[in-house]
Amino acid sequence: MTLLDAEGLRTVYGDGCDRCLDATGDRAGTNQCPHCGSVVACAEADLTVRAGEVLGIVGESGSGKSSLAEQLALERDPDAETDGVVRYAGHEGNLLDVDYETRHDLRTGDIALVHQHIRDGLNPEFTGGGNVAEKLLSAGWRSFEDVRARVRELFEATEIPVDRMDDPTSTYSGGMQRRVQIARALANDPELVVLDEPTTGLDVSVQARVLDMFRRVQREKGVAAVVVSHDLGVVRLLADRTLVMRHGRVVESGLTDRVMEDPHHEYTQTLINSVI
Amino acid sequence: MTDERTADDPVASTDGGTTVPTDSVDAVLDSLDGDGLSGYNYAYLDEHTKREVRRATLKAVAVPGHQVPYASRPMPLARGWGTGGIQASLSLLGPDETFKVVDQGADESVNAANIRRLAENTADVETTTDTTEAGVVQTRHRIPEEVLTDEQILVLQVPITDPLRKVDSSDAANRRRHAHKNYGKMWVHLYENVVEWGEINIASRYPTMVAERYLMDPSPIPRWDVPKLDDAENLYVFAAGREARIYAVPPHTDVEPLAFEDREFTVERFPDAACHACGSTDTYLVEVSEESESPQTTREEGGGEAADSSFETRYACNDSSFCEKRREDSDIPKDHHLDREGVDWGPGTPDNEEASSGGAGE
Repeated sequence: MTLLDAEGLRTVYGDGCDRCLDATGDRAGTNQCPHCGSVVACAEADLTVRAGEVLGIVGESGSGKSSLAEQLALERDPDAETDGVVRYAGHEGNLLDVDYETRHDLRTGDIALVHQHIRDGLNPEFTGGGNVAEKLLSAGWRSFEDVRARVRELFEATEIPVDRMDDPTSTYSGGMQRRVQIARALANDPELVVLDEPTTGLDVSVQARVLDMFRRVQREKGVAAVVVSHDLGVVRLLADRTLVMRHGRVVESGLTDRVMEDPHHEYTQTLINSVI
Repeated sequence: MTDERTADDPVASTDGGTTVPTDSVDAVLDSLDGDGLSGYNYAYLDEHTKREVRRATLKAVAVPGHQVPYASRPMPLARGWGTGGIQASLSLLGPDETFKVVDQGADESVNAANIRRLAENTADVETTTDTTEAGVVQTRHRIPEEVLTDEQILVLQVPITDPLRKVDSSDAANRRRHAHKNYGKMWVHLYENVVEWGEINIASRYPTMVAERYLMDPSPIPRWDVPKLDDAENLYVFAAGREARIYAVPPHTDVEPLAFEDREFTVERFPDAACHACGSTDTYLVEVSEESESPQTTREEGGGEAADSSFETRYACNDSSFCEKRREDSDIPKDHHLDREGVDWGPGTPDNEEASSGGAGE
């Protein structure tokens, strides 16, 4: 079953002109329009996510991965000019056009985002437990003990020491903060989680544990995920299907194994060769 | 250059000031004496201002708990000292009105007395300290102990209008939250409070939900007074001068303090304490530390400090005018002036006795 279907997603920073789309992208070798100077962060991106599936998005820094992920997670950047259609199972019309309240409800319940930067996703003054509880309380939970029990359960599932639940988030290690974000994202049993660079800034052993944890939780709950990473290893480990992005365009897509073993696009070949 | 000029200027003295002979000040004051307040409009404010404040008040009544902006004129008092309350009161007062001003329960504070005198002089109203006789009561940080009726208006002075400001300093973001009834952040604040203290321990400005729609800051009244807002007979007008906002709770509006299902809202508890003056145990008490009249030399073992032993802590009613009535008649109930039974007016009101003795809500 198709959970999410996106068509022609576009994010442009700057005034934009008629020639922006033709003058940028993979063929042009840049994401900045030479005529008007606007940056086409991503354009002409189509994708589908099926229920319970993990979709990987790889590409180098600045290739438009995060811009694409933010649109999928209904995160709005007031400075950007956006366009496109996102259809979502069980919802009428374009998800990108919904009002504040519907968007807020969707973000609280159905679609969760794990931010690339911890500061965007967590309030460092709240306790770790409080950050996770915020999602539950926003969804209307009003029993303190129920909230505590659910937060504890999520801490255990995401392998955060439960004893640290009532400490300020600013005192947590980087790996723990990342896990708190994941726990927060999973709080209301969403159907889709968008993870933007889930392992950035973590050392290799912590990375492995966070990824293992996420893979386990994702399978147990059957939640669909979009994983954005510059790290091919992360995508190879988690994703069923993979999109490769460059200069704001999707240059290749397919089953992860196929993309890794038999890359068609020249850039994908270079990317994979440079890692393995 | 500046030095040169001041040196040439015959008026300015070298120490930078011009001396004004004191008798000229007296003369100016004397010349004003006969005029009285004839130069001022009725009730100090001009009619346009009063009309605007009334219009804002009406709008606030129509949308309970919603903060309505108004112009907020400069008043003959520093902002933050009740300028909002004065503007609301003066706009409501008419010559037949009786006015009372309470400052944290007391009628005698300098600020209360001055506000009362301003209304007396400019609006030609009767003033009183008796809550039951007043038509308009302006108050700072308290709701009177005696039950208010549908003929009375309580004007509360408000320092901070938005309850969300303690969780987010951005007013723009908070206005958006109010618009969409998005109070998740405030709930996290309460959650954190229970985590830290085992109960919600917000001493004043307790966040309350008005008519199941807007989260409201009930001004710095103690938790003790918050239940009085719910389904009351009288109109509550909240006015902030510095923040230029008016909001209201009309009679018989649902007002519910935020709390968890299993961590209920509680009021202050005064176990085994009674007012030292009138003996009341069902009123909001405050601690007063006074030098003891008979300095006892019973020192604590281990040698307490001498300075401490000469002071004693006593409890006293915060509402001084009701305390006075209780001193004359210690059994006088808080609804003595009403001819009906079953008055629900916060903790300790006769028909609510059980709640107060057990520390309400536990």
